[in-house]
Amino acid sequence: MFTPPPRVAAWAPQGRAAIWGRSGGTAVNYNWNWGIFWQISPDGAHTYFQLLLLGTWWTLATAFSAWILALVFGSLIGVARTTPNKWLVRFGNAYVELFRNIPLLVQMFLWYFVLPEVVPASLGIWLKQQHNASFYTAVVALGLYSSSRVAEQVRAGILSLPRGQRFAGQALGLTLPQTYRYVLLPMAYRIILPPLTSEFLNTIKNSSVALTIGLLELTARARAMQEFSFQVFEAFTAATIIYIIINVIITEGMRRLERHVAIPGYLGGKVPKRGKLRLRNV
Amino acid sequence: MFSNFDFDVIWRSLPYLFLDGMTFTLTLTAMATLLGIFWGTVLALMRLSGFAPLSLFAAGYVNLMRSVPLVLMIFWFYFLVPYIGQWITGASSPIRVGAFVSSLVTFSLFEAAFFSEIMRAGIQSIPRGQMAAAQALGMDYKTTMAYIVLPQAFRNMVPVLLTQTIILFQDTSLVYVLSITDFLGAASKIAQRDGRLVEMYLFAALVYFVISLAASYCVRRLQHRIAIIR
Repeated sequence: MFTPPPRVAAWAPQGRAAIWGRSGGTAVNYNWNWGIFWQISPDGAHTYFQLLLLGTWWTLATAFSAWILALVFGSLIGVARTTPNKWLVRFGNAYVELFRNIPLLVQMFLWYFVLPEVVPASLGIWLKQQHNASFYTAVVALGLYSSSRVAEQVRAGILSLPRGQRFAGQALGLTLPQTYRYVLLPMAYRIILPPLTSEFLNTIKNSSVALTIGLLELTARARAMQEFSFQVFEAFTAATIIYIIINVIITEGMRRLERHVAIPGYLGGKVPKRGKLRLRNV
Repeated sequence: MFSNFDFDVIWRSLPYLFLDGMTFTLTLTAMATLLGIFWGTVLALMRLSGFAPLSLFAAGYVNLMRSVPLVLMIFWFYFLVPYIGQWITGASSPIRVGAFVSSLVTFSLFEAAFFSEIMRAGIQSIPRGQMAAAQALGMDYKTTMAYIVLPQAFRNMVPVLLTQTIILFQDTSLVYVLSITDFLGAASKIAQRDGRLVEMYLFAALVYFVISLAASYCVRRLQHRIAIIR
């Protein structure tokens, strides 16, 4: 039976000479050419601008899919860590420590290169033959990585509520799941909305790591454009601007949502927005 | 599953992994942290200064760095640093800089944005009365900052700064995209050469995990020890 060989690096990092282009000797002064975006790229069908838009689409698709995964797993683990069951708490803690202490790039490699080799052979072959494998791998890796961060926020949100709310729920005769569903979580999610927003923005930015397993997202497209056209700074400027636009749109949208769901009586439902910094110190 | 797991490849490549790779990773982490905290503190002071152009510049810088992926920034600086070098030294053509300098510049400038937010929070956590007291004693801005505000801000923020350093340590693995031999780069080169992806990547993950976990455990202990009792 045919057994596919192990995956090889989809992104083969090249030596300096290759990155610096084929000019050979000393790099000459840079020639700007902003018209480059409207030129047809070597694929013969799309302009460079269209390729960047395509990359933007994959960035967003990856980030949104991963975010759904992150919210689901993050909420489950975050809730588990606040339950009275000490084994659930331990499991939750271990989960968070595991996914938080390994660099995202290494996690992507584990899912992409290592997983197909350590599962039973038939499953491994199936994994390697998947279309869009780098997309699915990126979604899973990024989703689980982000879920550990979401779990921290969910846990912090629940713990920030007065203990009395849990007791009140139980005193009313609600079961534990009901207390979470109707009392604790509706409050907690509204409180942690601002840090969740910055986690979501992090997820979008982190999706660029997936270029190492061959996902043609925005950064990869900019990098490819630089390779084909040698217009380094135009390509990267365009990608930077697109990332900033995405950032601004999402920040603004989330701010509206925050105002809409703010809890009356709280200081605008605000939790100090410290983004990444909150993670290990809640 | 692990029937043909080759521990020997790890054993054989240990010197390369740690002497070449991990040395690069740790040096980069340490130097980028120091430079990043220094530049981040300057940015925080600029942002908090009453002088609008300075605070606008700092705010713009921090927001720009925080909205762009690190990978893209690594590429940016990889191509930009030679031109910056040309501009600084006045050379006639872009200067070729080594992989280490290029990534050091990238990480220092990028992480400075995050360190500056930490330092800003630290400075703002100092009660306003201390500024007033220092001024009443006749201290000027520089003396107040150097002897009153910044030492306390640092002390309060040491755990957060160290936590950010752990994140920086993990982030340095991204220099892989420039084919630099950091720890992951070294592991990856052995993995590709010997066809031992499973062993090398699992080992790399384990090493990163152990170091980060141990470091964050130490930070947590430190946090309890140095907490100021109010």
